[in-house]
Amino acid sequence: MEMKKPFEPKILAFLCNWCAYAGADLAGVSRLQYPPTLRSIRVMCSGRVDPVYITDGLKSGFDSVFVSG
Amino acid sequence: MNEFDCGLDIRAATSIKYAQAVPLAYSIDREQCIGCGLCEKICLAGAINYHDRPKRTELEVGAVILAVGNELFDPGVQEVFAYGKSPNVITSMEFERILSASGPYMGHLMRPYDREEPKKIAWLQCVGSRDTHECSNAYCSGVCCMYAIKEAVIAREHAHGDLEPTIFYMDIRTYGKDFEEYYNRARNEHGVRFIRSRVHTVNPVEDGNLEITYIDDNGELKSEIFDLVVLSVGFQVGKESIKLAGRLGIELNKYNFARTDSFAPVATTREGVFVCGAIQCPKDIPQSVMEASAAAAASSVLLSESRWTQTQIQEMPPETNVIGEPPRIGVFICQCGINIAGVVNVPEVREYAKTLPYVTYAEDNMYTCSQDTQVKMAEVIREQGINRVVVAACTPKTHEPLFQETLMNAGLNKYLFEMANIRNQDSWVHSKDPSAATEKAKDLVRMAVTKAALLEPLPDTELGMEPVTMVVGGGVAGMVCVKNLADQGYEVHLVERSEELGGQARLLNKTWRGEDIHAYVKDLEDEIEKNPMVHVHRSTELTNVEGFVGNFSSTLKNGDKEITLKHGVAVVATGGHEYRPSEYLYGEDSRVLTHLELDAKFIQDDPSLKDVQSAVFIQCVGSREPDRPYCSRVCCTHTMESALELKRRNPDVDVYVLYRDIRTYGEREDLFREAREKGVIFFRYGLQSKPKVSKGTDTLEIEIQDHILKRPVILRADLLVLATAIIPSEAGQLATFFKVPVNDDGFFIEAHAKLRPVDFATDGIFLCGIAHYPKSIDESIAQALAAASRASGLIATGKVFASGTVARINPMYCSGCGVCVSICPYSAPSIMEEGRFAGKAEINSVLCKGCGLCVASCRSGAIDLKGFEQSQIMAMIDEV
Repeated sequence: MEMKKPFEPKILAFLCNWCAYAGADLAGVSRLQYPPTLRSIRVMCSGRVDPVYITDGLKSGFDSVFVSG
Repeated sequence: MNEFDCGLDIRAATSIKYAQAVPLAYSIDREQCIGCGLCEKICLAGAINYHDRPKRTELEVGAVILAVGNELFDPGVQEVFAYGKSPNVITSMEFERILSASGPYMGHLMRPYDREEPKKIAWLQCVGSRDTHECSNAYCSGVCCMYAIKEAVIAREHAHGDLEPTIFYMDIRTYGKDFEEYYNRARNEHGVRFIRSRVHTVNPVEDGNLEITYIDDNGELKSEIFDLVVLSVGFQVGKESIKLAGRLGIELNKYNFARTDSFAPVATTREGVFVCGAIQCPKDIPQSVMEASAAAAASSVLLSESRWTQTQIQEMPPETNVIGEPPRIGVFICQCGINIAGVVNVPEVREYAKTLPYVTYAEDNMYTCSQDTQVKMAEVIREQGINRVVVAACTPKTHEPLFQETLMNAGLNKYLFEMANIRNQDSWVHSKDPSAATEKAKDLVRMAVTKAALLEPLPDTELGMEPVTMVVGGGVAGMVCVKNLADQGYEVHLVERSEELGGQARLLNKTWRGEDIHAYVKDLEDEIEKNPMVHVHRSTELTNVEGFVGNFSSTLKNGDKEITLKHGVAVVATGGHEYRPSEYLYGEDSRVLTHLELDAKFIQDDPSLKDVQSAVFIQCVGSREPDRPYCSRVCCTHTMESALELKRRNPDVDVYVLYRDIRTYGEREDLFREAREKGVIFFRYGLQSKPKVSKGTDTLEIEIQDHILKRPVILRADLLVLATAIIPSEAGQLATFFKVPVNDDGFFIEAHAKLRPVDFATDGIFLCGIAHYPKSIDESIAQALAAASRASGLIATGKVFASGTVARINPMYCSGCGVCVSICPYSAPSIMEEGRFAGKAEINSVLCKGCGLCVASCRSGAIDLKGFEQSQIMAMIDEV
């Protein structure tokens, strides 16, 4: 029988340029490791995130959407 | 040996000194080169020149700025620390390299002896500092307490908490902005242990471990084994710097630091030669950065007549019109040495990029950001007719401007550019899963390419600059800033709330070097008054500010009179004042004074000072307490000055200082030593056992728990001086007017604590003096000059550019609901009052910061954000 891989959610992240995106950069500088299933989109402010983006993200196959800013 | 990594690893005889070296070019280490000639044979660029020699160049200059820095103290000269005997005794700089991701152990916390992870690390403070022995330095190096605490906290993060850091210290000197809070967090949250003891010997024991014997606070002899010992070495002036100073003909002080005056902190003894940074005295990054700008301001006064005479203007090619052209995307993928290529399969990503729609060209580079790649990139853009560029590399936060400049050099609009972050957000964070990291890199490149295909050229708006500065606050900082700008030839308005200029400086007796403050303030005021470029507004309040960088319009109110001032930039120098305490009988007994009240008596030569037989100083009154956690920085030094002044007036007076940590940083340490030599007696107290003050029969009685005797001691005094906190002036509406932030303690927050210490995040507004943080007069003056330098830098260009990534409203869709007007933090949208679209909203692109808040909140879908358009983001989502 084929071994099932543990569930790893696909996450779409909207990161504010000034804080969360800089934080994600810093996580890299600090070599913090996290699952490679996250895809991020840089926005100039989390206020830019239209609710449609979230529904559209979920529709295009993401398990969750992360808005950080 | 790799000297950049402090000899902890080795490098080849041909090497780049470090990853960020400028120029990023290889050089040959002549001492290690065996002269085989192989590099000359294989270098395709023919760049090897074995006969390169130092060249002599003559420059004609109007001013010289010396920024040569310091060397570190070499602990090898003091055998007691076992430095050089045990590989596990290292300097703080070596430990910095160990912690660095680009260091000898790739950021893994290991000790040199056996590459094992240490479990117990000891930091020994004041190695080579605050030590009058030969081969050592008597001054305090000023930065070591803070860096040791930082290293301890970071080391513990590297060890995921599995580390016991211990710092052995004499006094913890966290006197900088937010430093005391960091110290408290290190102790209370990060488990850093602080032991007050000067360690005299480090003994190597078995397994590379080290035994430290010390005497604890209770006087007991203790011994403890550590895996690694870090020596917090101080600064000293290098031999080459001393020679250079000799050649330049500038005087050095007894410690070989450049001699400067408190009132001209960046001017050396030779006119036209300026200094900044640690060559002037030991100091940290923010202070060095301030002085760097200050030196620029001071030299600008000498050079103002020749401004723009030798300027080389970079010629930009005309912008190619790409509107209507189908996208032709060029993709440049960076290996970043091994930073990306070590994890991500870069050739695979490159080949994949070639298959994406509209991609006409893809290549990978060792370092896409390097100068030679920029030249090549511009060529490729022109030759291949590329009209959109994607760089897959590090982060746009740091590198977007560089690549945008390359686009402009190639005649492309700089907004036709997109980055894919495949380093910070990919190879570095998925280093253990190369195949997943490669897949992610492909996704990120595809998303970037998708967005790039939809990018449009955007204009940066050029605006005029009102060549006038408004300085708010007429204390020493404000006045120095005004004087410098006026001396540079710019018009300045000084707004002071009270009738008098000079602020707190009028109340001070002398500087810590003993210079006369009053004469200085008087001269400064006279010079400002007679300078035709300066307009002083006394008894004037600022009641409103409108506009933005280059075009502010402020309302000044003097009594019933109101004027409107147009200015391009503004400087906030609103200062602070002394805290008036409600403890220690202050206000109840006339013998209890604050520092400034004692200074007033010194200035007036008050006869009652002659009767003082016994004086007590209490430190940290209202500072470093739970309600006001910051250290007020200047009070320890002030106490030393006043204690010595009392001793000068009457050598028989008994002087006691009750303190928590003595923070006489830098060369101020000399005053502390002098006070001890003159017989001033120091008692330490803790926050839990504060002194108790009561009225005795003839004298004040101050009870304190002595930490050596372990019993209460009563001091009788006829003068009690409280070293009270320095508190900032109420920021009030000023913060709202300029849209600048204020911290919990009421001090203004600068744009970047280390690198932009006088800028605000809001363009065109600058900060100096005590409004930023408590500081001494020389430090205020340096920061004021720095603010003047930053302000003049903007004014001198005569124009400002506003970014093209702004919101735009399509009035055809706008319903005029006004949500954007109410929601915008920058007041950019407004409702048009006339014209065809009256009643609809419009956006002032100069005020717009491009956050997109209005875009997401527009119910009619009438607003879009240029550069981050709805269609672009939706396309990216659909592509993931």
